[in-house]
Amino acid sequence: MTADIDKTDGPADTPSAGPEAIKAIPVRHYGRYVSAVIAIAALGGVIYAFSQGRINWGAIPDYFFNDRILSGVGKTLLLTVLCMIIGVVGGILLAVMRLSKNPVTSSIAWFYIWFFRGTPVLVQLIVWFNLGLVFEYINLGPIYKDEWSQFMTPFLTALLGLGLNEAAYMAEICRAGLLSVDEGQTEASQALGMSHGKTLRRIVVPQAMRVIVPPTGNEVINMLKTTSLVSVVQYSELLRVAQDIGQTSGAPAEMLFLAAAWYLVLTSVFSVGQYYLERYYARGSSRSLPATPFQKIRANLLSLSNRSSAGGTA
Amino acid sequence: MTAMVKAEGVHKSFGLVEVLKGIDLEVKSGEVFCLIGPSGSGKSTFLRCINHLEKINAGRLYVDGELVGYRQKGDKLYELKDSEVALKRRDIGMVFQRFNLFPHMTAVENVMEAPVQVKGVSRAQARERAQDLLDRVGLADKAGSYPSQLSGGQQQRVAIARALAMDPKLMLFDEPTSALDPELVGDVLDVMRDLAESGMTMIVVTHEMGFAREVGDSLVFMDGGVVVESGDPREVLTNPRHERTQAFLSKVL
Repeated sequence: MTADIDKTDGPADTPSAGPEAIKAIPVRHYGRYVSAVIAIAALGGVIYAFSQGRINWGAIPDYFFNDRILSGVGKTLLLTVLCMIIGVVGGILLAVMRLSKNPVTSSIAWFYIWFFRGTPVLVQLIVWFNLGLVFEYINLGPIYKDEWSQFMTPFLTALLGLGLNEAAYMAEICRAGLLSVDEGQTEASQALGMSHGKTLRRIVVPQAMRVIVPPTGNEVINMLKTTSLVSVVQYSELLRVAQDIGQTSGAPAEMLFLAAAWYLVLTSVFSVGQYYLERYYARGSSRSLPATPFQKIRANLLSLSNRSSAGGTA
Repeated sequence: MTAMVKAEGVHKSFGLVEVLKGIDLEVKSGEVFCLIGPSGSGKSTFLRCINHLEKINAGRLYVDGELVGYRQKGDKLYELKDSEVALKRRDIGMVFQRFNLFPHMTAVENVMEAPVQVKGVSRAQARERAQDLLDRVGLADKAGSYPSQLSGGQQQRVAIARALAMDPKLMLFDEPTSALDPELVGDVLDVMRDLAESGMTMIVVTHEMGFAREVGDSLVFMDGGVVVESGDPREVLTNPRHERTQAFLSKVL
């Protein structure tokens, strides 16, 4: 019986010796080809239009690594990182306060979030800058005493304005994360005699991070771009530097494109970082970690070479 | 033998629903005490009251001679601070129906966590002890696995090792085998049997009548928030005197 089925001289122990594999003509997705062509044509059209515009594209590579631009990029990055640190630490603190049994702390957190989310960040920045109207001097006793306007540098204004505003948004993200952790985890930890603080730090927060990280990545990218607002308080970050150069060099639009390109580069870098951070906090939650992009590419190349070699022999 | 746990008229309500309606019982040191009864009878709630995961509304509950959750001075009761409650919980191990292992830690890290964080044991020492405990529950080779990589029965055995790592004087088991596939129940019960033979005081909420009969020293049948019948497990399970016990046992045996 087997002799009937067996092909002429195929090795008997190959796995494909079972039922014959289906050879069918796959469904043709003509719509995909058409839509791809349309999309490419549209993109090409836009690129052509821009290239024909009265824009001096040559100015962009000339200034791309200009010292002042680079220092602006540095300041944008510094501000983003520091504001996010304030935001994340403050956010976790506020979230814990909000979920606390203590009515005083939870009310304070509620009020903070209500206020800082409820007013535009641009207004907050300007108010911080002009707080000298209320507090003429800053007086920390023997440690520090100065006029407010001297103390409140553009950098500090930017840091406080953006950081404290971010904390209010992060608080809600963190609260969602903390609430997502199963109550049994807290019970198990408490049953072992762990204190509230340790339960939070060792058990709840690490698990909440899985929920917290993706929207926080969003916030980082948002923050990166929101830093451009601080040009109103005279802080020379990327956008302001680009505008300054644009005015003196007579290429204002070109410099805006340049700034946009830098923002794209920076957000791309942050997105990669976010991917690895998510992967780190996913440990233990799924049976096997998702592959890194590098591993995926390798696997794809390998399967491609396998397929082509299989196709070659067939 | 002294009483490890003593309950006097324990009442507990959730809102308007009275779950425990006056529980009186005594668990002697070193005995395996089984709590059985239909679901909703309050047996899990009572167990959770013992380590103050639930606050009782009336009555008195003592563990090792000390009041649970309160301090008595004269005729006044003072609520204990969270830190004082935590201190008492160190001595009471608890095993949950849903395991509740920490999913972001490996098996050995789960077992090490409390000794390191609560007792301040060095990591190296805690790891060695955790390794021994995992060996005791038959999972020495799973030390580096995350809970999601373990079967239910393995997870529950890690959870038992985790509770034992704090050297408790009392172990509470809240339906430890109810969430397991039938063929995995035996491994967990074997570990509990070993533990009982080592002299551990255990309170076990269970539906495993075989285990109660074989390992239990005392048995209580609860229904509707009260103790209906109690006594020697073999006696109660074979010759239940109360008709509610008879009705329940006829369904489960």
